[in-house]
Amino acid sequence: MNEIKHHLTDALLMAYATANLPEAFSVVIATHISLCDECRARLGSYEAVGGALLEDCEAVDVDAAALTATLARIESANAGSEPKVARKLGAVFPTPLQSYVGGDLETVRWRAVGGGVKQAVLKTSSDATVRLLSIPAGAAMPDHGHRGTELTLVLKGAFRDEDERFARGDIEIADEDMHHTPTAEAGGDCICLAATDAPLKFRGLIPRLAQPFIGI
Amino acid sequence: MAETENEDWTALLARVHQNRDRAAFAALFRHFAPRVKGFLMKSGAGATLAEECTQDVMATLWQKAHLFDPTRASVSTWIFTIARNRKIDALRRQRRPEPEDLPWGPESEPDQADALALQQDSEKLARAIADLPEKQKLLIKRAYFGDLTHSEIAEETGLPLGTIKSRIRLALERLRHAMN
Repeated sequence: MNEIKHHLTDALLMAYATANLPEAFSVVIATHISLCDECRARLGSYEAVGGALLEDCEAVDVDAAALTATLARIESANAGSEPKVARKLGAVFPTPLQSYVGGDLETVRWRAVGGGVKQAVLKTSSDATVRLLSIPAGAAMPDHGHRGTELTLVLKGAFRDEDERFARGDIEIADEDMHHTPTAEAGGDCICLAATDAPLKFRGLIPRLAQPFIGI
Repeated sequence: MAETENEDWTALLARVHQNRDRAAFAALFRHFAPRVKGFLMKSGAGATLAEECTQDVMATLWQKAHLFDPTRASVSTWIFTIARNRKIDALRRQRRPEPEDLPWGPESEPDQADALALQQDSEKLARAIADLPEKQKLLIKRAYFGDLTHSEIAEETGLPLGTIKSRIRLALERLRHAMN
């Protein structure tokens, strides 16, 4: 496991633990945690709070026949243990992302959005959007600001933004006050997973014109 | 079987996993099913839906018993995560993407001392929650019962989460080392 330097915030981890996030954000967070033991452990601490609250929760009587009904349900499901979902050796995408894409990197159906940049929007609930981005080595993402929170997780290659470097597993969290310009490092295309809770607004004329067509 | 605070849920769950033990499952069911139902109803589910989902959650407990790792979560924490995911599915009709399972088996015996230490940390955390000022406790409950948006969630809970995080981190590190 490579050294991850850019992690999730406490607020995002708690929101994920308590199911207070749009699905698109949860995809990015589940993917990051699949790569990051530190955030997996931090998530565990927030879930422990949920466990304590459950223990303390006011008990509501279940149906008299509930236990029998549950055991019958277990039997009809053939009592099969659910198999573990683990990543195949060498896979680029962790399993939560694979389940949205329908496979690993080679199965992505890219669409060119100009400047060599490609994207693939994943299907989630409509309150936020998540997409895969492929940025050619050395190229910059269009300079943009946005109205909400944006999460960008690196899956392959690396990008730089201002003075910071983001490589596989690193996550950049941007808010509405931040204008940033991620630039893919030389050496290979950079594949990222990016979620936004509001449409990006590009600065600069050409990207702005392109915006309605590329659906960002 | 008396339902005391010291009931060893971990041992009961191990019996469900290893022996498909119905008596052990029944004991877990009696304690947790009414709490899961209470949690789901507090989160906005009607009684009928909550009942249906509670049975799903408890059936999942049986089906996934082999995935439970007592060095990384208490039984109540693990059940909370199952109930939470069922809630998203049933109330919001959304998928819940979960982090991938760790590649090593829970077939390897969990370290008893680690499991016990995590258990004690979990009890300490529960006491810390009980001791929070009422206003803060209410905010945390609102977050966990699901009517806060993510921008309303505070960075600071006022809870001593560092020790439990370090404990889980250590368990993960040991597992990775055992693998390599």
